[in-house]
Amino acid sequence: MTKLESKDNVQLQHQHIKFYQTGTFTVGNRLLDDELRTVQATQERSNSIDSGHRACQGCGQALGARYALDAAMRATNNKIIAANATGCLEVFTTPYPETAWSIPWIHSLFGNAAAVASGIAASLKAKGDNDTRVIAQGGDGGTTDIGLGCLSGMFDRNDDVLYICYDNGGYMNTGVQRSSATPAGARTATTMPLGENPGSSFNTGKFMPSIAMAHEIPYVATASVHDLHDLERKVEKAMTFRGARYIQINVPCPLGWGSQPALTIKLARMGAECGLVPLFEAEYGDLTESTKIRYQIPVEDYLQLQRRFSHILKPANSHQLEAIRKLAEKNIKRFNLL
Amino acid sequence: MLRQISGSIAVAEAISLCRPEVIPCYPITPQTHIVEHLSALVKSGQLKNCSYENVESEFASMSFCIGASAAGSRTYTATASQGLLYMMEAVYNASGLGLPIVMTLGNRAIGAPINIWNDHSDAMSVRDAGWIQLFVESNQQAVDVHIQAFKLAEALSLPVMVNMDGFILTHAITRVDLPSQEQVDAFLPPFAPRQLLDTSSPLSIGAMVGPDAFTEVRYLAHHKQKEALAIIEQQASEFADIFGRDSGGLIKSYFVEDADIVFVAMGSVVGTMLELVNQLREEGIAIGILSLRSFRPFPANAFCKTLSPNQELIVFEKSFAVGMGGILASEIHMATESYNLKIHSIIGGLGGRTITSKSLRKIVDCVLKGELEKEVFMDLEGATVVRELKRQKEEQSSGPAAENILRDMGVVSASKTH
Repeated sequence: MTKLESKDNVQLQHQHIKFYQTGTFTVGNRLLDDELRTVQATQERSNSIDSGHRACQGCGQALGARYALDAAMRATNNKIIAANATGCLEVFTTPYPETAWSIPWIHSLFGNAAAVASGIAASLKAKGDNDTRVIAQGGDGGTTDIGLGCLSGMFDRNDDVLYICYDNGGYMNTGVQRSSATPAGARTATTMPLGENPGSSFNTGKFMPSIAMAHEIPYVATASVHDLHDLERKVEKAMTFRGARYIQINVPCPLGWGSQPALTIKLARMGAECGLVPLFEAEYGDLTESTKIRYQIPVEDYLQLQRRFSHILKPANSHQLEAIRKLAEKNIKRFNLL
Repeated sequence: MLRQISGSIAVAEAISLCRPEVIPCYPITPQTHIVEHLSALVKSGQLKNCSYENVESEFASMSFCIGASAAGSRTYTATASQGLLYMMEAVYNASGLGLPIVMTLGNRAIGAPINIWNDHSDAMSVRDAGWIQLFVESNQQAVDVHIQAFKLAEALSLPVMVNMDGFILTHAITRVDLPSQEQVDAFLPPFAPRQLLDTSSPLSIGAMVGPDAFTEVRYLAHHKQKEALAIIEQQASEFADIFGRDSGGLIKSYFVEDADIVFVAMGSVVGTMLELVNQLREEGIAIGILSLRSFRPFPANAFCKTLSPNQELIVFEKSFAVGMGGILASEIHMATESYNLKIHSIIGGLGGRTITSKSLRKIVDCVLKGELEKEVFMDLEGATVVRELKRQKEEQSSGPAAENILRDMGVVSASKTH
């Protein structure tokens, strides 16, 4: 993907894609101008995470991480260091003596990726290295729950770190337990579909991008693995800022969601198109851009492809379905998605 | 240069002379003055090329150190007590990853009940964490040992914790000889990391290690601590050559050779003991002190070499393993097994209770009379304990024990609330 220098350029590219997409979502690189094709289409593309790692079939996180970090590599002339929280990404990329990482990478603990990254950034600052940039990454549990303190501290100090959260809505590495990013109603091993209110409780949970925005850090964005161009653009844009930045990527997890591995991209797209996964950007605490829903779909179309929501679609739980519809409507209104 | 300053300021000045590059800090009594002073040294420009950061917790502080050290910076922080417990997961991680971080522990009791005063419970809570743990007797040693700590940490690629008694040393204003920058530079070379996060030569640090290799990795940690035994001695002697002072080393013995009775202790209490021992020597009592300056690695050989088989040891420690007894005493039992020494375990100075010459003298007198029990809690108010035990036996809802004891002892005037 060519580096986009200005907002105008970004819009231009969107128009190009729209022009070719006549009612389908399947348009590929072949219809784009040469200079707009993704770097993945060339031999020279950067390669942060090598093949041979142990991610599950259809893993949204493996895809999201590779595209995000490849984009960051391109944006920094390959000068990035990554700190990783404990979790799937850490485990499946480093089955020593093999490692999938072609960038300097450190894993310390579950809850401290942001602080480790801040320490790396402080070290670079002390040494006068302004070129090397730092990325911290973790899953939603490592971000919204156990890692929240360190992450908030990193935001507070405005440390020069891009934190990427791969949000699959639960503790998938430990066997699918609820996190504070688990969607309302979802079945997990600790929120079973039992009793009067099956699944994860409603009116609970945290939406980390809003918490990040409340810190008024330079850049916050949400992205999704169904739109990799948009993901790459947001990462590249994040690297144009100095200070704390946060990107949350929606990454379907076939294991935790009870979905077909082949449907990962489709589910990611449907999440956005039904309004449950808002895609937007914010700068210094203010919303700047939202990705509009082009073909709005009912939430049940999205839910029915995931076993974690199967109980929601039973007539007895229609109140839950209604509550999820309301959540989608709230997102659409709050983030101006239509 | 001779200065009349508090232990904390002296340590901060010594750290500054070591040219640290990254210092994350989080306040906790009694170490706070150290990081406050370092903040001023960085802000004023006196300490250059150093990133000083106020972080949001001790867990973040040690995590910050981990990142900075792995990125090749000489890294320092300080903590105490609850702070050490809050950073515990990262404390183990730093040593497991083999990162040469130096940390001051301003030794303080651990709650509940909350207590800000000195003892060694915090240091003992990390005795198995894989850090080198050094103890200092005085503020001069605190200065000197911190300078040695960086060299030791970087030679071994292991973190080093310098233990200095909270308040008794951190807040005490004494005369210290602060070395010159030239002296420190001559002793301490720039940091050459064993492992480095570097974009020109990418490597992965912190991979999962399974049953096939975990034993070997852990054994290596043990082996490195044993290697440290020789390096600590060697560096103390190099230090003496440059700075002209005997500081550091594994152990220090005072009048042990011809002694019948030997105090064994760590930290500032050695100063109190030394006064008493001088006095007792004048009275013709053959008594000495063996000060443990390195607790991890445990200098078992140096310890045994200094002692003779017929000596009687009074192991004095400011912490204990609840439900077991003296920690140092147990370790000394193990280290001196073949000597068949008579060992008394004295636990005292808990939560800042003053350790007086008078109380120590009583202990010695009991030893001389052959009346000392194997385990003694020095200056324990037995009647208060008995009263609380009775209360608990008689009343199911007797209330919180600590508050009952405070009331019984009249420390605070509280009304019975249960």
